[in-house]
Amino acid sequence: MLLAGGQGSRLYSLTRRLAKPAVPFGGKYRIIDFPLSNCVNSGIDTVGVLTQYQPLILNEYIGNGQPWDLDRINGGVFVLPPYQKSSGSDWYTGTANAIYQNISFIERYDPEYVVILSGDHIYKMDYSKMLAYHKEKEATATIAVLQVPMEEASRFGIMNAYPDGKIYEFEEKPKNPKSNLASMGIYIFTWSKLRKYLEDDEQDPISQKDFGKNIIPAMLSAGESLVAYPFEGYWKDVGTIDSLWEANMDLLDPRVPLSLYDPLWKIYARNPVMAPHYVASGASVQNAMITEGCVVEGLIDFSILFAGVTVEKGAVVRDSIVMPGSVIKAGAVVEYSIVAENCVVGEGARVGARPEDTPDKDAWGVTVLGESVQIEPGQIVPPKAMLEYTPKEDSKC
Amino acid sequence: MLAEKTLGIVFSDMHDHMLSEITEPRTMGSVPFGGRYRLIDFILSNMVNSGISDVGVVTKSNYQSLMDHLGTGREWDLSRKRGGLCILPPFGHAAAGIYRGRLEALAGVIDYIRHSDAKYVLIGDCDVVVNIDFTDVLRTHIENNADLTVVYKREMISGDQTMDTTVLRLDENSFVNEVLIHPNIHEEDNVYLNFCIMSKEMMEKLINEGISRSIYSFKQGVLQAKCNKLRILGWQYKGFSAKINCIRSYYRANMQLLDMKVRSELFPRERPIYTKVRDEVPAKYGLKSDVSGSMVADGAIIEGTLENSIVFRGVHVGRGAVVKNCILMQETMVSENVKLDHVITDKNVVIRADRTLVGYETYPLVIAKNSIV
Repeated sequence: MLLAGGQGSRLYSLTRRLAKPAVPFGGKYRIIDFPLSNCVNSGIDTVGVLTQYQPLILNEYIGNGQPWDLDRINGGVFVLPPYQKSSGSDWYTGTANAIYQNISFIERYDPEYVVILSGDHIYKMDYSKMLAYHKEKEATATIAVLQVPMEEASRFGIMNAYPDGKIYEFEEKPKNPKSNLASMGIYIFTWSKLRKYLEDDEQDPISQKDFGKNIIPAMLSAGESLVAYPFEGYWKDVGTIDSLWEANMDLLDPRVPLSLYDPLWKIYARNPVMAPHYVASGASVQNAMITEGCVVEGLIDFSILFAGVTVEKGAVVRDSIVMPGSVIKAGAVVEYSIVAENCVVGEGARVGARPEDTPDKDAWGVTVLGESVQIEPGQIVPPKAMLEYTPKEDSKC
Repeated sequence: MLAEKTLGIVFSDMHDHMLSEITEPRTMGSVPFGGRYRLIDFILSNMVNSGISDVGVVTKSNYQSLMDHLGTGREWDLSRKRGGLCILPPFGHAAAGIYRGRLEALAGVIDYIRHSDAKYVLIGDCDVVVNIDFTDVLRTHIENNADLTVVYKREMISGDQTMDTTVLRLDENSFVNEVLIHPNIHEEDNVYLNFCIMSKEMMEKLINEGISRSIYSFKQGVLQAKCNKLRILGWQYKGFSAKINCIRSYYRANMQLLDMKVRSELFPRERPIYTKVRDEVPAKYGLKSDVSGSMVADGAIIEGTLENSIVFRGVHVGRGAVVKNCILMQETMVSENVKLDHVITDKNVVIRADRTLVGYETYPLVIAKNSIV
């Protein structure tokens, strides 16, 4: 069960019209491609994707699941929005409530175990190994944890566990963390147990109906066996502009242990139907990821171009992410920016700036152009700015 | 969109012998082209984009790689419950061998044609790289009450092309009155692009006539022999096209893709060229890469210098390597400090470090599939 209903409000204009899991990532992917591909590569062939916030693009993207090999006769991928029931209807009021509302979906497959994932992390993980661990420990719940630097631990949900992996305490963003085992938002539950806790939690009027805040503490206080599954490797929460920018740039860093080239662990995505990209003579391309449909006549350095991006002559794109269909016109300069889909940066415009060119360090940050933003020729967009497209009023007769 | 339901028939292997260097392990239709395509992608996409949803692909030999490429036809939106893609392997009777010409090949698949509920049939080869909309061809065909309509292009015929060229002479109403096969002409003329449209009824009639009279060639037996008996209309195509009939024209056509004008004509957004999806990572450029005038497909890793080249999926150009005027097919591995100029490497070729290979524009050096240099 993949929780994909989050708004991702900290991504601001990038998630105005699409849910966080549908945010483009890494040149041709969307964030949700990572957990979905992990599922398929781990041998999970029935996946429910729980949607709520702006589901249109996500629904269209997932479609029948064919790109992930999830168009199955038995099972496959299912998009599960909240729905009306005979007695009233409810939005998903929390992560646990979202699963609760889909108990009948899960029951149709009569599973022994359920994997609960969130759709906003970038990582590669074999859930089948985690399941084997869950079975070996005969646990009620297994929670994947990552060792984070102690000074950052207070930003995460922290699992305090005995050396054998048994969790005795869970603290959400503790001020004084006792350990550095951060929850990755990946849970495996023994379904019969989880079902009971979900039903009990639903009866509790003051519960926030959240896994971290309610279900896990309830299981702990009831003395259920909860174990921490240590994960080693690359994992990144891309919930903020800065972390989204960093995670993209990590793909260009050969030292970062996230390889997309493993033929046995491919990350699948819906592929655009476009010609291979073209780098014109006179262009300069270094340290970049560029995908199909792009035409590059300018300079690209430390940047990621998504499908169908055009960078005209004399334009400079540095330390930036340019999402599908955007056009950087001649002579424009884009630095330390995230340019969303179908933007146009006019001739000679300047978007963002390098930290070394910004005297006031507090005023510096990654610049964001939201979907379909048009930057006038010569316009200057300062660092840290966040522009959003405002549709012009159509002249109505 | 075509006005009436039309069946597409694609000949996947009519010109295999012309490109022997790269068709040895495969058939013409599955010759890699333009970074991520196979030649058959163009005719298939053209048919699909024109609204044809039933396509039969006639095969002859070495068609394993073609079948692997086409699969169920899903990528061309041809995986349908009704109609869709149908691969037609050679149908040999005990006494008959493999077909010798298009008409004989059609006779082998006559049951497939007969069972189709289409009103018209469009036949085409896959040796032409083109993005053509057949809507107007059919409309003109119907309006002029023609028996057959053939697509041609005004083109300069150069020396190496005459061996595989059919020239059409037209009357003032654009009806064909003379057909010249492999003529010794070296000037601009009406070159037949091997696309022909006719009613299904007419096609069945021609096939049956061919069987009874032992005529196996469509060009000689139908176009040439009957151009004054049937109403054969010429329809002029004016856009970009490249006919692949020898290694030089193959090389030239690939290089033409590096022209922005050709690129936009061949790959317009509204009429995309579909191909098999390989789920590759976007192309990655390293710290010291230097690229200009090149077309690069996903999955490539470029760490060296690339100039005026076509790079297919999964190619690796190592540090210090200099690749100029080359076509590097899928999974070619160019190691460090290699120098390549005017080279075509077939799939899975490995060039070990420090090697230098040089061909010439009119004689590009071809390295066979799976070779290690």
